[in-house]
Amino acid sequence: MTDYFNEMYQGGGVRVPYARLEDWMRAMPAELRSLKQAEAEALFRRIGITFAVYGEGGDPDRLIPFDMFPRVFTSAEWGKLEKGIKQRARALNAFLVDIYGRGEIVRAGRIPSKLVYQNEAYEKAVAGIKPPKGVYSHIVGVDLVRTGPDDFFVLEDNCRTPSGVSYMLENREIMMRMFPDLFRENRIEPVDRYPELLRRTLASVAPEKCEGEPTVVLLTPGHFNSAYYEHSFLADLMGIELVEGQDLFVQGPFLYMRTTEGPRRVDVVYRRIDDAFIDPLCFRPDSMLGVPGLMDVYRSGGVSICSAPGAGVADDKAVYTFVPEMIRFYLGEEPLLNNVPTWQCGKEDDLKYVLSNLGDLVVKEVHGSGGYGMLVGPKSSREQVESFRHRIMADPGNYIAQPTLALSTTPTFVAEGVAPRHVDLRPYCLVGERIELVPGGLTRVALKEGSLVVNSSQGGGVKDTWVLAE
Amino acid sequence: MLLSVDHVTTYRYDRPVRGVVQSHRLVPSAFDGQKLRDWSVTVSDGVQGGAFRDGAGDRVQGWTVRGPVSEITVRVAGTVETVDLAGVLRGHRESVPAEVYLCDTLATQADAALAALAEQARDEAGDLAQAHRLSALVSDAIAYVPGATHARTTAAEALAQGQGVCQDHTQALIACARHLGLPARYVSGYLFASGEGAPEAAHAWAEIFVGGLGWIGFDASNRCCPDDRYIRLGSGFDAVDAAPIRGTARGGGAESLDVAVAVRQVQQ
Repeated sequence: MTDYFNEMYQGGGVRVPYARLEDWMRAMPAELRSLKQAEAEALFRRIGITFAVYGEGGDPDRLIPFDMFPRVFTSAEWGKLEKGIKQRARALNAFLVDIYGRGEIVRAGRIPSKLVYQNEAYEKAVAGIKPPKGVYSHIVGVDLVRTGPDDFFVLEDNCRTPSGVSYMLENREIMMRMFPDLFRENRIEPVDRYPELLRRTLASVAPEKCEGEPTVVLLTPGHFNSAYYEHSFLADLMGIELVEGQDLFVQGPFLYMRTTEGPRRVDVVYRRIDDAFIDPLCFRPDSMLGVPGLMDVYRSGGVSICSAPGAGVADDKAVYTFVPEMIRFYLGEEPLLNNVPTWQCGKEDDLKYVLSNLGDLVVKEVHGSGGYGMLVGPKSSREQVESFRHRIMADPGNYIAQPTLALSTTPTFVAEGVAPRHVDLRPYCLVGERIELVPGGLTRVALKEGSLVVNSSQGGGVKDTWVLAE
Repeated sequence: MLLSVDHVTTYRYDRPVRGVVQSHRLVPSAFDGQKLRDWSVTVSDGVQGGAFRDGAGDRVQGWTVRGPVSEITVRVAGTVETVDLAGVLRGHRESVPAEVYLCDTLATQADAALAALAEQARDEAGDLAQAHRLSALVSDAIAYVPGATHARTTAAEALAQGQGVCQDHTQALIACARHLGLPARYVSGYLFASGEGAPEAAHAWAEIFVGGLGWIGFDASNRCCPDDRYIRLGSGFDAVDAAPIRGTARGGGAESLDVAVAVRQVQQ
């Protein structure tokens, strides 16, 4: 029986950050609880936040379950995480600048060149182009899990356009509306600065040619996209225009937006469209979502694109293994946050190990996401394990394996009352002229008893995440 | 050789368009095999956009034309001094590692037939011998027949058909080279043909990366390596990626295209 770290109860007592929540929980009768749960659901429906997190697909109108029991970190715990996350975000950006420049890390033999230059996400079109302030990934979503009081592991990095931050903001908003007393009794760091920090981050990477206050827009693929709600929500909070490709056009060396008062020059595009679709003259010629000529404007310094095209190389699951190397190589520091030990099935020795320990491991597709195409060995039947074995053997390079981590649990409201459920965490680190991290993030919770899969498509929910002030 | 180029592309729209955006790679590459004497690219009613040299060493220039407009003309004119380097791309500055050109695209994917063709060259000793053999194999397998293929024909389709033009030869050769693990890319440019060369003047060939020598051109259509009759413009993974002109029009109707290319030898 694995011993899971319970973030609230340890050794028969309540851990400090959860002290006040104990009383709150005990004081809440079952009727009030279901009333509040219904209220929360109604609020989410009214706001319209029903999109699938992390582009997982599924029913776009499905509501992701919200659990009212907050997840809490002390100021000291957060301080450590913050340093580790910022360190990682710096190294990932340094890596991107390097591989599209001189490629020192490859020359030094610290990462196999194949992983970099034959990576699907490598964009030849931006080789030799340095984005403003040397930032490729302006929003780095670092997925973390906890296995003990001081043990945190990074599961993966998201360097392109990590989604889900609207949940961080909405979960807090709803908790404050429903339980104002909780926020008086606990000193909780606010997260509502995030939109303003994001706007400032984006503005800080405006190109040198920008005159005056930068004009920033959010480029969305449109309302049929599963994260459209988040796009419009963030644009609204930042006070910037939400645009689609057809609202923008290139004229001469600049990008413009159509407005009722005529064309207006755009300096920074926060795009929520994949590289392949942003410019039919550079990437997929059949794309209708992007802006023809955008890449020429970008590459000649007329506009900034966030995240910069080509940033995806850094968040590949195979490249992930080398992030600690990046930290040592570029920053000359030791990694503050640990990677999960990872076996690359593409390597012969690793494959051998994986195949003979399949029942104990978690196996993932290198390019997969959303908890699909994944095997959780200890939670799978013998048949499932065997059928997965064949999939790996057919295409070993497409899989990585990791030990099954003993994910921490936090108390969660379930039908029978309150019970421990496994959680993960995605904070959103902003990288521009400065590196900023709002104290909080999105906690996902596996609502099924015993489940270690927190993805919403697999029965996961979300929680408000608190960082206590000192 | 001193070569002069006059290349005129005319786009006509059956209804006026609201605007045109283009991305050009129409300036001859800078390398030891060619030197620009004079060169100009003009676009009727066009506004110059951003210009830069990309990581592959190509000079890229954006253009926009404000509508309504029903016809635009892109004119390239100039003279280039060329020398024969036996296909070797010497003195070319680029930052994209050759390995990048091992990646597949839809048009250059090797199917079983292309793979089988490539395998015939596997036993040749060394990259260079393999590349020469591959080029000859592709020349033999695909007969030069104008009009047999179209702009979107893939390498696999061209081989199955056994007919094609320089684009098909080039993409088939790239597919075969990558199958053997040799980085390969598509090069667009001009060719001075002393006979009745007009249809060939806008030309394409492949470059294959050979260890120790670097990038070397192979023209499977003409069974040779590029020499001083060739002017190199730019490169890419395949024909679309290496196109000298990529463009699109906003609004309006169907587009028709007229291309006239003349490459002449200038007496010095």
